[in-house]
Amino acid sequence: MFESAALAIILSAILVLYRGIRGPRICDRVLAINVIGTKTVVLIALIGFIYERPHFMDIALAYALINFIATIAFLKYREMGRLD
Amino acid sequence: MVDTALADIGWMDVKTVITGICLVIGCFFIIVASIGIIRFPDFYSRIHPAGKTDTLGQSMVLIGLMVYEGFSLVSVKLLIIIIFIFIANPTATHALANAAYVAGLKPWQKGDRRK
Repeated sequence: MFESAALAIILSAILVLYRGIRGPRICDRVLAINVIGTKTVVLIALIGFIYERPHFMDIALAYALINFIATIAFLKYREMGRLD
Repeated sequence: MVDTALADIGWMDVKTVITGICLVIGCFFIIVASIGIIRFPDFYSRIHPAGKTDTLGQSMVLIGLMVYEGFSLVSVKLLIIIIFIFIANPTATHALANAAYVAGLKPWQKGDRRK
């Protein structure tokens, strides 16, 4: 059950990767990277349930925070031209 | 007779069935969001599946995991992840749309070339 869900999420991440490679402008690439990152959070939680290791939830939580911060930081850099 | 049949089903099977239903709904929404990100004609319509459908699908998968786990510290962590995704994912897409609008990207109109 969890393995099938993980396979479906990996398949959809590969589909989004097409938009990340081909995307005509940089906004599409950032969008694809953001979506793949949030899929990775769910995938880490599923892997934690597959191997029965509850510590993976902490990793998933940290990954969600890092993913959001990375997207916001990159967009701020694009808008302002600097990060301070 | 009926009571023994209900007792044979047990609480574990009910939890597993609810988990399976939540996982199937979540995976359906996640795959639909990916197809939408590939197929939609321009950027402003592409952030629509990324902001709404993807958030709902991932939250459904995590809710299924919460039901499977029961009430423990792990399910509380999963609930925190769900709340954070519900807040952060639409915020990120809103920031993306704002950045594209400031950069001067024009919305797609009917009859334009797909880009």
